[in-house]
Amino acid sequence: MRFSESWLREWVNPPVDSRTLADQLSMAGLEVDSVTAAAPAFSGVRVGLVTHVEPHPDAVKLRVCTVDVAAAAPLQIICGAANVTAGQRVPVATIGAVLPGDLKIKRAKLRGVESFGMICSAVELGLAETSNGILPLPAGAPIGADFRAWLGLDDVCIAVDLTPDRGDCLSIAGLAREVAAINRVHLTPVAATPVAPATDAHFPVRLEAPTACPRYACRIIRGIDPSAETPLWMRERLRRGGVRSISPVVDVTNYVMLELGQPMHGFDLGRLDQEIRVRLAEAREQLTLLNGDDIVLRPDTLVIADAAGPVALAGIMGGSRTAVADDTRDILLESAFFAPAQIAGKARAYGLHTDSSHRFERGVDPGLQVQAIERATELLLDCVGGQPGPVVNVLALDHLPHQAPLTLRTARCAQILGLDIPAETIADLLVRLGMDLEPVAGGWRVTPPSARFDLVHEVDLIADVGRIHGYERIPVSHTSSAAVTKGTPEAAFDLDRARLLLVDRGFQEVITYSFVSPELQARIEPGTEPLVLANPISADLSVMRLSLWSGLLHTARYNQARQQERVRIFETGLRFRPGRDGLRQEAVIGGLVIGSVDAEQWGQPVRPADFFALKADVEALLALGTVGGVAGSGFHFVPACHPALHPGQSALIERDGRQVGLMGMLHPTLAAELDLNGDAFLFEVEQAALATGTLPRFTPISRFPAIRRDLAIVVDAAVAFGDIAACVRSSASELLRDLVLFDVYAGGNIDSGRKSLALGLILQASSQTLTDQTVDETIARVLDRLTSEFGARLRD
Amino acid sequence: MPEQTGLGIDALRAAALAAIDGAVDLAQLDQVRVRFLGKSGELTALLKQLGTLPKEERPAAGQWINQAKDALQQALDARKAVLDQAALTARLGAECIDVTLPGRGRQSGGLHPVTRTLRRIERLFANAGFAVVEGPEVESAYHNFEALNIPEHHPARAMHDTFYFDADRLLRTHTSPVQIRVMTEQTPPLKVIAPGRVYRCDSDLTHTPMFHQVEGLLVDEQVSFADLKGVLYDFLSSFFERDLKLRFRPSYFPFTEPSAEVDIQCVMCGGAGCRVCKQTGWLEVLGCGMVYPEVFHHVGIDPNRYLGYAFGMGVERLAMLRYGIDDIRLYFENDLRFLRQFA
Repeated sequence: MRFSESWLREWVNPPVDSRTLADQLSMAGLEVDSVTAAAPAFSGVRVGLVTHVEPHPDAVKLRVCTVDVAAAAPLQIICGAANVTAGQRVPVATIGAVLPGDLKIKRAKLRGVESFGMICSAVELGLAETSNGILPLPAGAPIGADFRAWLGLDDVCIAVDLTPDRGDCLSIAGLAREVAAINRVHLTPVAATPVAPATDAHFPVRLEAPTACPRYACRIIRGIDPSAETPLWMRERLRRGGVRSISPVVDVTNYVMLELGQPMHGFDLGRLDQEIRVRLAEAREQLTLLNGDDIVLRPDTLVIADAAGPVALAGIMGGSRTAVADDTRDILLESAFFAPAQIAGKARAYGLHTDSSHRFERGVDPGLQVQAIERATELLLDCVGGQPGPVVNVLALDHLPHQAPLTLRTARCAQILGLDIPAETIADLLVRLGMDLEPVAGGWRVTPPSARFDLVHEVDLIADVGRIHGYERIPVSHTSSAAVTKGTPEAAFDLDRARLLLVDRGFQEVITYSFVSPELQARIEPGTEPLVLANPISADLSVMRLSLWSGLLHTARYNQARQQERVRIFETGLRFRPGRDGLRQEAVIGGLVIGSVDAEQWGQPVRPADFFALKADVEALLALGTVGGVAGSGFHFVPACHPALHPGQSALIERDGRQVGLMGMLHPTLAAELDLNGDAFLFEVEQAALATGTLPRFTPISRFPAIRRDLAIVVDAAVAFGDIAACVRSSASELLRDLVLFDVYAGGNIDSGRKSLALGLILQASSQTLTDQTVDETIARVLDRLTSEFGARLRD
Repeated sequence: MPEQTGLGIDALRAAALAAIDGAVDLAQLDQVRVRFLGKSGELTALLKQLGTLPKEERPAAGQWINQAKDALQQALDARKAVLDQAALTARLGAECIDVTLPGRGRQSGGLHPVTRTLRRIERLFANAGFAVVEGPEVESAYHNFEALNIPEHHPARAMHDTFYFDADRLLRTHTSPVQIRVMTEQTPPLKVIAPGRVYRCDSDLTHTPMFHQVEGLLVDEQVSFADLKGVLYDFLSSFFERDLKLRFRPSYFPFTEPSAEVDIQCVMCGGAGCRVCKQTGWLEVLGCGMVYPEVFHHVGIDPNRYLGYAFGMGVERLAMLRYGIDDIRLYFENDLRFLRQFA
């Protein structure tokens, strides 16, 4: 909502300047978006009377005008505009005037004839974007007066960005009420005098959807002057309100909308067929709108119809068939109340948004319709003449919104705001806001004005009290309430710790969009249908991610394209996996490495990322979810087959037999398609799997020495170390403290298809020093099991 | 007193002392020791000659030899200490390195600036006794809108630029639905914050279709707007590490009343007016208010017994103000050269 400050000040004139007024509005919850000058700076422009117009002796398009500006002598001014005529009053930039754009007016000679000034167009004065010739002024304009002062151009336009609850402030009347309450000054509403009907012409109206439209007021005005123009003062107010002047009938309805907040519509009476029916649209009915759009109506849409069909989208926009045209002489003015619930969302559904729909969606005062039509009649008669009929006010009383009184308790007000405001202050400001107060014990029964759709609960009144009294007067309380420290279980997963672990291991955190490209995702995980957005921002961000990998791969590619070859990144967040039991939104941690394990440095050769380097990072992460290390914690790496991964270098991560993660080398074909430079390795683990679930449990440290025995065994190359380790652990009994793998070797004197593993077994008993015999027996038992289960033999 | 044995002890002693002084390293010194004091050394040989002397001369001669032996031993020890010191000095010299060479091994990565900021926000509120809770990002229209008193076709809903999957499922447009989940699942008193990703179907110079919010909620029997002002004053002053001026501007959220937008004095210009604050001297950083009774009705909390406040803030915006980031789109481009600046 944009409005002229001087217009507002006709209603309420607090002793504050424009800047303060704007601040007051913002601090009362009516946020001021901008305060701009009503006109650009200019000076030296006067109202002049063109007394003579003669052709220029030497130029066809120029005219020599004599202009009276109430100076000692009339001015001779050359004018090129076609619309200049004798007897006209016009804005004249006199010698020494400075026009917008720093244009200085000097004495000039045009084709041999002297000119002592310039007759101005609206564009030249910065009052319009386009104009057709000079700006004619009304007959009453005082000759010689300063044009700027006469038109009140030292005014500002204030634009307020209103929240959706404050539809009541989409008018000068509504804003004025607020300003009066804030400043505790008198409010002077414009008196709308009822216009006595000159004829008894009236038009039949039927309310066929009384819930959606419980009140429809209208009035016939016959015999208007189709050649009349909207007066300049009204055009100026509309302009300062950001509304384009179109024709007197449209301009007057817009003017009343800005002034009182009632959207109105004017029909060409001659084009209306028999009657007005306010009804829901029939399926497939069509309507051509004023803006030229042809729409097919949906049956949930309220329309204004005549006997021939729809003539307007109720509360949104009129139709072209019955629009007021240049030759219209008889009109029907409409001023109706449409229920917010009926209008809400409808304009949007047809791709429209109008000043009218904006107001009806938020709520128009249901008591305003007759007043508005009287006001519009008054203005129209002044402007275009005509004979008004009586106001037809058809209403379905039962369906009109009814403001129920609310109880406001002073104690509750103090409790919620945290501030005791004297009862008389509360009463005063509520009355100034237009509320009706009836004292009751401990407070009032408050009836809000019918325009205030937002006042439903006691707290809404309390908010108004706080708002007008001033939020800045509410104290800042530091009493800390309810320290609810339920705390997190120690054995729960600590995401922060996991992030820092990866950071300390050289990973950079990234945050990628949760919606990804369907093509890339289908390459990574074909055959799984992702959740699809109905209205994506773009095709390449149109499906929800099934894993973090598409975002990570995209990020790697983005950075490699910008000379960042080595990429070590991770992300945490949800993945979205549709399933038979519905959508699973699973929190995961995923990472990607490409390039060398460590940054390039002296004294150590470059070690390219490989499966095991990343596995160390993953194991460190898994260790967060264990007590006493990954070994024996229930985590297992199992060879995997995944379409995005190298078939020989990928592993499922299982915990207690359930898959909780995946890691491996990006399939070389996919890497090539993505133009990635170097082998990429990826992982993803469910966060829930990384909770320890148990606390550490103390066991006494053995006082007896540990003994280490090394075994070098040869097995088939296909035998998994994980199985060997499990076998060693189970056969070495509780004496095994630790098992280290210190070499894996193939080739040389090892038979082809076989490999050598060098194992260190650290044995220790808790209650005695181990004897050689016990150690020997244990090692023999381990070897026996390895031989029988894997065909292992000791390396020569 | 000169030697009177005729064995030449003094001469030998002098020669040995000279040899000790002349030894340039521990090996030579040891050779000298062996030559004079070894089993077949020269001084040892003299001892063996004692028997050739007349009986009465033997004690004196023996004593003379032992004195010489002690003297030599002392000289050897002294010389060894000197040579040891020299050897150590030489070794240390040889082991000198360039301490300005960079350290070897793994370098750390870094957290995303949004995470960095979120951690800070979470810690400040944790200090004030708020527990961190989370909620789903694919939400129901009920939790995201209806329960928050934003019915279908409400103008506020149109302002949310919502991403939809179907009639009921959407991407949450704010973290406020977590309020509903917490109030439904737990019983007051409640004191939580809910950080997380939110989504709006809007992408231009100043908007990304995904961003982060932190929602706060407190429900108890005695809670006032003054308490809300207090908690936000404390938080914002701590967050920006300065005593900030704050402005609570009345506003509207369907799920709170009274509601306010909170402006801070511009942290870039100190309130004088600059490009960042659009010359106003103020920056809008969060929205807040007292929980609306309709919301309590939806979650089954008695509004006559309990009151609450809620607030929500945009994390990217706070991080931009704190770190001077001037383009919100940088956050999700994930250019490593950008991210490393926050490591």
